[in-house]
Amino acid sequence: MTTIDQPGIATAKVTPHQLPPRRYYPFAIPALVLMACVIIFPWLFTLIMSVMDFKVGGAVEFVGLSNYIKLFSDERFLGSVGRTFWFTLLAVIFPITLGTAAAVIFHREFPWRGVLRTIFIMPMMATPVAVALVWTMMFHPQLGVLNYLLSIIGIAPFAWVYDPNTVIFTLVLVEVWHWTPLVMLIVLGGMAALPTDPYDSATIDGATDWQMFRYITLPLILPYIMVAVVIRTIDALKVFDTIFVITQGGPGTASETLNIFLYLQAFQFYNLGYASAVVVVFFVIIVALSLLLLYMRQRMKWNA
Amino acid sequence: MSNRVESGGIWRKIGFGFSVFALVSPAILIFLWMISLSLKNELDNTAYPPVFIPNPPTLANYFEVFEKNNFLLYFWNSILVTGGAVLIGLLVGVPAGYGIARSKAHRTAVMILIARMTPALSYLIPLFLVFQILGLIGSIWALLITHLVITVPIIVWVMIGYFEGIPQELEDAAYVDGATLWQSFRYIALPLARPGMMVGAILAFIFSWNNFVFSVVLGGKNSRTLPSAVYNSLTFEQISWGPLAAAALLVTLPVIILTVAAQREIVAGLSAGGLKD
Repeated sequence: MTTIDQPGIATAKVTPHQLPPRRYYPFAIPALVLMACVIIFPWLFTLIMSVMDFKVGGAVEFVGLSNYIKLFSDERFLGSVGRTFWFTLLAVIFPITLGTAAAVIFHREFPWRGVLRTIFIMPMMATPVAVALVWTMMFHPQLGVLNYLLSIIGIAPFAWVYDPNTVIFTLVLVEVWHWTPLVMLIVLGGMAALPTDPYDSATIDGATDWQMFRYITLPLILPYIMVAVVIRTIDALKVFDTIFVITQGGPGTASETLNIFLYLQAFQFYNLGYASAVVVVFFVIIVALSLLLLYMRQRMKWNA
Repeated sequence: MSNRVESGGIWRKIGFGFSVFALVSPAILIFLWMISLSLKNELDNTAYPPVFIPNPPTLANYFEVFEKNNFLLYFWNSILVTGGAVLIGLLVGVPAGYGIARSKAHRTAVMILIARMTPALSYLIPLFLVFQILGLIGSIWALLITHLVITVPIIVWVMIGYFEGIPQELEDAAYVDGATLWQSFRYIALPLARPGMMVGAILAFIFSWNNFVFSVVLGGKNSRTLPSAVYNSLTFEQISWGPLAAAALLVTLPVIILTVAAQREIVAGLSAGGLKD
């Protein structure tokens, strides 16, 4: 714990008389009530819907678990789950690595740092739909600027999002472009609190930059990296805008992730019962994964 | 600050400069290309090899955006929805962050986190039906209420972190002097957490402004927010690249300006970690 040196605040030890936690509950009540209305109610509703056969305009009928049974033999659904995990894995690893490297660089002092950092974080603020439209134009196989730039350095043109084999990687590229800055900011925040002493003694002992990063910086910023991993995983699992605008799940179903599949079922085919079952399974995946990551985060907090 | 680029070695400096360049160039390239597309006529936009510098630059694409679409209406919709959702989010989210941080009710925090991780689409099926029953489909209110799903969890999440960074000792001292719980929140914790509120509000604003799917499902012809309005105008008429790039730029301009204006708050807020220094 750090002590605060601030004039006017008594430095004499005040006996910390802990108030019982329930005294603080009223502060959280409005938000919890609100969240109950817009979040918990839809959950319950979805659970009920998921055991119904319900098409917009049709009759509602109780069908038990048959939506779920149908789901687990639906190849299109299973494919979208696999694709979602693959996409998420890539869309976590690359931004985390690049973002941490960027944080190490922006932690140093160099001319124009402020301006360059602002430019660097712009992608995470930009409206995904707007940027996705521009990417779509850039990916155009014949007229796109990306293939032109590749041709200058002698690389054969790509089909980008028009080829089932490259579409996921291409979409990950957009995701990396968007969200690496967020990782950088979170990790940079962790680095601001780094002590200077270990670096001084390491310099005296003749440690290299890499050794200092590996053995001093990395262990200290690991909790922050874990926060970034949690946030990145959440966002990657539920990515929608980019994929929907650029490919709408295509070509074929090559980039149809869970969220796209869900959208199509619910608001294209209006199979609301079936879509609700998808939501429930999606919940289970996300909650399981998030609890696992939170647990890891807690562990790392204690170890750090 | 501790780390400085050491004077040793010109190669080291060049290498460092190159990595900085490599980091920022993707961002610069995309935005420059966006601007370039929006300022060129259709002939240049579809030329191969591509024309990089508009010659002469034209504002025709921007005029087309304002003439052919109800751009100002959608802009105003976005302001209402995002502004309202951020204000309500602050009102309920800041005290909640305080309550959760101080009572160490981490189970509640996990709830908030799960709310944050739930895909937006899964709220939409039930809310779609409820709004349909209430006759709110196609009204601004449906969108504003739904956007609370974005703003409240972000603000609560940021505020929990912020209040946890403010030492309890300060408030303990206040109790000794006879302050009530509310007073110690209002006069001690809240002022110290102001940077956190800025960060929470800015992030909530950006994510709400950028949201697309809520408006796709719940927005009517006159209540749509900007992102889905632009997407729709694109599907309904085969719109060409120039006006599309101009519209895209106009949609994202407010958040880009906000980023530039408030980058100090965003960066400082996320890096300060409360009072630790």
